[in-house]
Amino acid sequence: MTLQTHEAPASGTLSPPHGFTRLIYSRQAMKLAPEGRDVSFDEQSQAWLAALRGDGVRRDQAIARLHALLLRAARFELGRRRAALSYVRGEELDDIATQAADDALMAVLAKLDDYRGASRFTTWAYKFALLEAGVRLRRRAWQGREVVLDPETWPTPADPGSSAQEQLERTETLEALRGAVDRALTPHQRRVFVALALNEVPIDVLAERLGTNRNALYKTLHDARRKLRRELAAAGLALAEDS
Amino acid sequence: MAKHDHTPNPELERLLGPTGYEVSCDECFELLDQYVELEVQGANADERIPGLRNHLAGCPACLEEHDSLLALVTAEHRAR
Repeated sequence: MTLQTHEAPASGTLSPPHGFTRLIYSRQAMKLAPEGRDVSFDEQSQAWLAALRGDGVRRDQAIARLHALLLRAARFELGRRRAALSYVRGEELDDIATQAADDALMAVLAKLDDYRGASRFTTWAYKFALLEAGVRLRRRAWQGREVVLDPETWPTPADPGSSAQEQLERTETLEALRGAVDRALTPHQRRVFVALALNEVPIDVLAERLGTNRNALYKTLHDARRKLRRELAAAGLALAEDS
Repeated sequence: MAKHDHTPNPELERLLGPTGYEVSCDECFELLDQYVELEVQGANADERIPGLRNHLAGCPACLEEHDSLLALVTAEHRAR
């Protein structure tokens, strides 16, 4: 299968790519199925499925349109994060969007049987492109940065904008938390909690460095947080009620 | 010190994440498109899909993807 890419503004706006895809993206065509028939959204989703499961030219055209749709979503994501990535060249961002759309297309086609129609097909497909683009952009933002996994790496308690009393309270709170981390967590939970919660390392970056995935890391973070909440509550700190 | 204060510390609460039931990252991804469309329609997404909003409060990456999908679908909804 050949992936067709389209020239389109890299600004991440909702501008349509050139060529036939304009039909899909123009306002009056938002309700058009891949074949161009005017149908309801449920029928539109069914038409996407039928075309993607079809044969020959019809399927190839549907795949090309789907790729254009996913590329548009990836560029939309880039546009939302452009300010934070101002140091990255436009060509590189365009490559990131194209790679995200390519991988999202593969994922959508592989998971086509998982689509149950709980949302419009396009909404379901968009999330794959946004995920792929988001992961790539988080990793790009941390490219070359060291991820410190040392549990001793704690944030500085001092905050110049706060009063002496507030700084004292923050220091005491962090000390209490640190004690709970030392007492209650396993070494792996400590590393994950300190990196994700305290040092705000993006979860996809940490997953890549540790050779794991987002779901597994969040499970570890979740378990660590529950342990810490119990430990701190037992130590007498005022906390929101856990249920 | 927080120990003598009965008001939960917001920074500590942020570090400790949400309380109560929350879905996993994989479940969040599975349900995200449905959740966002419910939000766009003005339906009670949290009642229909419990635990997802809680997860978004604890997972910045899933929250970013939610916010992007909501923005994209909302822009299309307005364009119709």
